Amino acid sequence: MKHLLSAADLSRDDAILVLDTAAELAAVTDRSVKKLPTLRGRTVVNLFFEDSTRTRISFEVAAKRLSADVINFAAKGSSVSKGESLKDTALTLEAMGADAVVIRHGSSGAPHRLATAGWIGGSVVNAGDGTHEHPTQALLDAFTMRRHLRDGAGDLDGLHVAIVGDILHSRVARSNVLLLRTLGAHVTLVAPPTLMPYGVESWPCDVSFDIDQVLPGVDAVMMLRVQAERMHAAYFPSTLEYSRLYGLDARRMGLLPAHAIVMHPGPMNRGMEISADVADSSRAVMVEQVANGVSVRMAVLYLLLGGMKEEI
Amino acid sequence: MSRVLRGVRPYGEDAVDIVIADGVIAELAPAGTGVGDVIDADGLVALPGFVDLHTHLREPGREDAETVLSGSQAAALGGFTCVHAMANTNPVADTAGVVEQVWRLGQVAGLVDVRPVGAVTVGLGGERMAEIGAMAHSAAEVRVFSDDGKCVHDAVLMRRALEYVKAFDGVVAQHAQEPRLTEDAQMNEGELSGRLGLVGWPSVAEEAIIARDVLLAEHVGSWLHVCHVSTAGSVEVIRWAKARGVQVTAEVTPHHLILTEDLVTSYDPIYKVNPPLRTAADVHALREALADGTIDAIATDHAPHPHEDKDCEWAAAAMGMLGLETAFSIAMATMVEPGLLTWRELAQRMSVRPARIGRVRTQGHDLVVGAVANIAVVDPSAVRVISATDLASRSRNTPYDGMELPGRVVHTVFAGTPTVLDGALV
Amino acid sequence: MDSSRAHVVLDDADIGRAIRRIAHEIVEKSRGSQSLILLGIPTRGVALAHRIAAAISSIEGTEVPVGSLDITLYRDDLRLRPARALVPTMIPPGGIDDKTVILVDDVLYSGRSVRAALDALNDVGRPAAVQLAVLVDRGHRQLPIRPDYVGKNLPTSLVEQVRVEVAEVDGADQVTILGEGR
Repeated sequence: MKHLLSAADLSRDDAILVLDTAAELAAVTDRSVKKLPTLRGRTVVNLFFEDSTRTRISFEVAAKRLSADVINFAAKGSSVSKGESLKDTALTLEAMGADAVVIRHGSSGAPHRLATAGWIGGSVVNAGDGTHEHPTQALLDAFTMRRHLRDGAGDLDGLHVAIVGDILHSRVARSNVLLLRTLGAHVTLVAPPTLMPYGVESWPCDVSFDIDQVLPGVDAVMMLRVQAERMHAAYFPSTLEYSRLYGLDARRMGLLPAHAIVMHPGPMNRGMEISADVADSSRAVMVEQVANGVSVRMAVLYLLLGGMKEEI
Repeated sequence: MSRVLRGVRPYGEDAVDIVIADGVIAELAPAGTGVGDVIDADGLVALPGFVDLHTHLREPGREDAETVLSGSQAAALGGFTCVHAMANTNPVADTAGVVEQVWRLGQVAGLVDVRPVGAVTVGLGGERMAEIGAMAHSAAEVRVFSDDGKCVHDAVLMRRALEYVKAFDGVVAQHAQEPRLTEDAQMNEGELSGRLGLVGWPSVAEEAIIARDVLLAEHVGSWLHVCHVSTAGSVEVIRWAKARGVQVTAEVTPHHLILTEDLVTSYDPIYKVNPPLRTAADVHALREALADGTIDAIATDHAPHPHEDKDCEWAAAAMGMLGLETAFSIAMATMVEPGLLTWRELAQRMSVRPARIGRVRTQGHDLVVGAVANIAVVDPSAVRVISATDLASRSRNTPYDGMELPGRVVHTVFAGTPTVLDGALV
Repeated sequence: MDSSRAHVVLDDADIGRAIRRIAHEIVEKSRGSQSLILLGIPTRGVALAHRIAAAISSIEGTEVPVGSLDITLYRDDLRLRPARALVPTMIPPGGIDDKTVILVDDVLYSGRSVRAALDALNDVGRPAAVQLAVLVDRGHRQLPIRPDYVGKNLPTSLVEQVRVEVAEVDGADQVTILGEGR
């Protein structure tokens, strides 16, 4: 595998290899010397056209723990904001000798384009594109679920996961549906019908408009950020009505089975999709998701860059 | 001086010599007997020169993408003898001055009839009616009016435009796209758009406007033309309207007859076009509709764009694809080869009907003695590999680059004078 | 591989004797030391480390802690081969600081694996001393590295391959040489 553009790129074996590798790499994080020499002399560029400090830092830490040189290329304050095209930026990075480009872009398919247009020769890692995908987020979510619900090994066969919120605009939901399915889990999407993608009924998952009916049967519930601005585009009438119908509060958390975990890709809108007491409860694994993000991204960078360059 | 298309088969029928003199077809002589300068056309098929109702020539304003001259060259190479130059230039063709400029550039190029299309509203703004009468009465004699690229979405404005053009036998060609339903739209709305995370362009946004417009046309007794029909639902609405007696005509692009939305999976903006590529079921319905006459004409929607507007990420890319130099091959592959249209019927769809819709008196004549000699001579047995760099257009945005397509335009005769011989500009 | 060209140089009895001898040497050399740790280099080095520990235990009656040390992320040939799956590194409780660590591997050849292991060890802690035990030393060193305990010296040509099989991994104990011209 040369690029990671979509969770659909990963077979079950690929996905498990990433998770197993991440598990080994997580152990490194626990020791006093947290650095490995593996990617010494390799250059990883974080090319972020959208603000996302969390994801960028996660990739940066991951690359640095593997001794790669990291260049952060943020759209703000760079030539990109002055109208330089994605192509010209890519050519610049290529000239600088980037071995991997980690790209976050507001336009769906931009990483795909970067990988296939012939502009650069290195690996491309999709760190979130438009409303398309965010595969490393799905991997870290799967890693977190596997730790809590499957003793940290194998796949997620038989697990039932609810993903609740703005599915329509969520790249996290798309990647998770694909990856969780690949790993054998069953997914139910929960949202008001206006926030479901057109054609969702043909996705490999169930769809529900009633969160209370779904929660008692799940092993994990993933709450997605819902932006209040969506209200103005008539997706729902008010934030109050949204949180009343779809928010996860203490009462609803009580509907979950005792072993179930609460997840959120962040950043959270406390009081909107998730109440503060739920976010701070012992079932919430958000902090752990962040830590696991580093391990999973180390695994991805190692597997893409640690070996030889692919023969043409 | 006369010329002879030697041994050519009009509409694929028996071989004759077409003798051309003084710009008209002077004689249909038995093969081998015609007198004049011989153009070898042995076994080739003669069709009336193609008439395109929908061409973007980009001049004035985007001469880096196309000019009237380069577009005329592309048209001639594609077997066209007439093109309708869309109004979305810069400045917009919304005054007599701009349409006359385009018309004169066409005359100077001298390769095809360049018939300017006038804007319906000032600056394509959709708010005030443009000086339609002045354009109609200008030297360009504009008959087709369109805000193409934008929809005349205001129902009152559309009604007034439909009524107003009656005074000079004009037609409003509507780009049917409900704007609110297609804000930021990137591709056909369906399961695939949801999966690819691209904002959907639902078919209902086209169908709703067509439904409204045919009812308006019926109500005011006007004649409506529908640009680039792209969905099976639109076909149903038009079929229903025609059955009801509404004066409506419609066109379909070559690319909507062959390409489908799954190409978008590559995120290659070469496939980004408006209206978007639809599903295989839509393609099937469009072919059927063109065959049964529900859709009257093939129109290219030839939309040149400079390389940088396509060599980028999908959302940033311009919409549109080239069409003039590949239209015949696509029409042949999708309609003639499967037996949906005969050569005579194809001539109706690519020449006769579009000339009538555009009110072009000198175009779309049958190949008979006395007709203006606008002729496309094609080789149906040829197979060619399309190469974007070999096209006469200034732009390279063809979706068929590297594809093998059947059929080739060999000679084009425009008003009695060859513009293309042996596949090359004269 | 063409097994017809392979010939067995050590059988299971030979391997058992070699392991017992290495165990004796370790006991002798580290006489009195209570701070030994055996770290096997995956995959077969780990099995060998456990066997050596068992042998030491039967000689001395003391338990020597055994662990494993994955060197994949420290290799200098990563870019010459596809990315490899990682195997667990398991350091016995108490760590390696101020202990005598004996690295155990199946074959000593170029010395590059041992170099990687020394680097990996460096990131885990600071042992008092590091020693090296191998079942087979086939020569052709490319680095200044020498073993402290050797089961068998096997002079080989560069075109030959030495293949160590252990029962825990391969189902049987034997060492074979695969002839030239595979």
